[in-house]
Amino acid sequence: MGEFRMPSLGTDMVAGTLVEWRKKPGDQVRRGEIIAEVETDKGAIEIEVFQDGTLDRICVEPGQKVPVGTVLAVIDGAKLATTPENVAPAVPVSGPSPPQPVTPQPEAKERVRVSPLARRLAEELGVALGTLQGSGPGGVIVEADIRAAAGTAHTDVSLDRSARMRRAIAAAMTRSKREIPHFYLMTTVDFGSANRWLTETNLALRPAERILPAVLLLKATALALLEFPELNARWEDDRLQPASAVSIGVVTTLRGGGLVIPAIAQVNRKTLAGLMVELRDVVGRARAGRLRSSDLTEATITVSSLGERGADAVFPVIYPPQTAIVGFGSIVERPWAVGEQIMVRPVISVTLAADHRASDGHRGAHFLEALTALLQEPNRL
Amino acid sequence: MTSDDLTPLVRQAVAVVVPEADVQALDPAVPIRDQLDMDSMDFINFVAALDELTHVAVPEAEYGRLGTLESCAAYLREQLAHRGASAGPPRSRDG
Repeated sequence: MGEFRMPSLGTDMVAGTLVEWRKKPGDQVRRGEIIAEVETDKGAIEIEVFQDGTLDRICVEPGQKVPVGTVLAVIDGAKLATTPENVAPAVPVSGPSPPQPVTPQPEAKERVRVSPLARRLAEELGVALGTLQGSGPGGVIVEADIRAAAGTAHTDVSLDRSARMRRAIAAAMTRSKREIPHFYLMTTVDFGSANRWLTETNLALRPAERILPAVLLLKATALALLEFPELNARWEDDRLQPASAVSIGVVTTLRGGGLVIPAIAQVNRKTLAGLMVELRDVVGRARAGRLRSSDLTEATITVSSLGERGADAVFPVIYPPQTAIVGFGSIVERPWAVGEQIMVRPVISVTLAADHRASDGHRGAHFLEALTALLQEPNRL
Repeated sequence: MTSDDLTPLVRQAVAVVVPEADVQALDPAVPIRDQLDMDSMDFINFVAALDELTHVAVPEAEYGRLGTLESCAAYLREQLAHRGASAGPPRSRDG
């Protein structure tokens, strides 16, 4: 028997609400399969199981809010040994209804097309998406469909959600600034070679295959980190714990406000084209409210990129317990000395915020140097 | 086919990228990215959606012409006119 528990999806998460089960008792489950959906302050997250086996029984019903670590279900045939007696009962953190007797769940329904805002609103208002006919483009369910089904006027529910996300961000960032002695280093990098490479590469590609500058930045960061394990690590139990692979959390802003940081695993081992596919996928799922638990638990460092619209530089705050975060400013054209000439070049600022318990300015400067060198030779990426 | 004829297709492409947007409420003369707070990923997905709907693969060098609904529609009309009848008509997502 194995215990399937409420995962911790970030340092700031203390509890989550079980939204729905995608499996019922007796169903086979495979490692990596999504078997439940959990509501957190960061939105609805699809929860993967990390064991093969059979779903033996469900311990937490949809609607219950339980602390991180609570056993949600028991999986038979899993490697983790446990007995039914060891399974702690679900401890509701809040919610009006007491735990209900566990009953078999219906078969997982076919996925419905729904906008992120509508999905979140449906969860808030208790509207079953499967019963609705969407009125949006291509039949997508939109906010108006949910409100019509719920019979509600426009309320401040969305504001509540936004406020909860801000509270989660506040908790993580306050902890970071309270506990982590940050130091900052910044340099400006000539992005001309990278820009030329992108232009030439994208010229031959259909729009759906084109590569964004952010992909080069992610890959260069990952490769540069290989020589600086103290920056690709966690600071836990009062000691440095370097990671074995480079998984980069990508700061992703949400149109309704707030942000999430889904991760792309093993960035250093992937091609630029492959990374573009993964970046498009993870950003799309983040904005559609379809992130998975593994998206939020794997990052070993974070990258914050302002893209082409924004400020020249960003001085980001480390996401604990990570030991560093890299910030990229907007790509802008500036006067730049090339040899003895002044030329107009696309440049980008690169900022490293690092944990002084784990590293120091000398090492950080060498990391920026390595990152700069990689961006001058995009064929190495 | 006029520029106006293609504006619904452009709205359709926007809806693919930002499904929660009320695309009918977009001001045709105001930059789309400003109205919907679209970032570079949204924009490249928008260009890909235009390609899927019209078979016009807008080169990066001409992204500047895709600022507003009006300018997008005008650009597409120009490209489709150059292409002539051989490429066939633009298609909607619903076939």
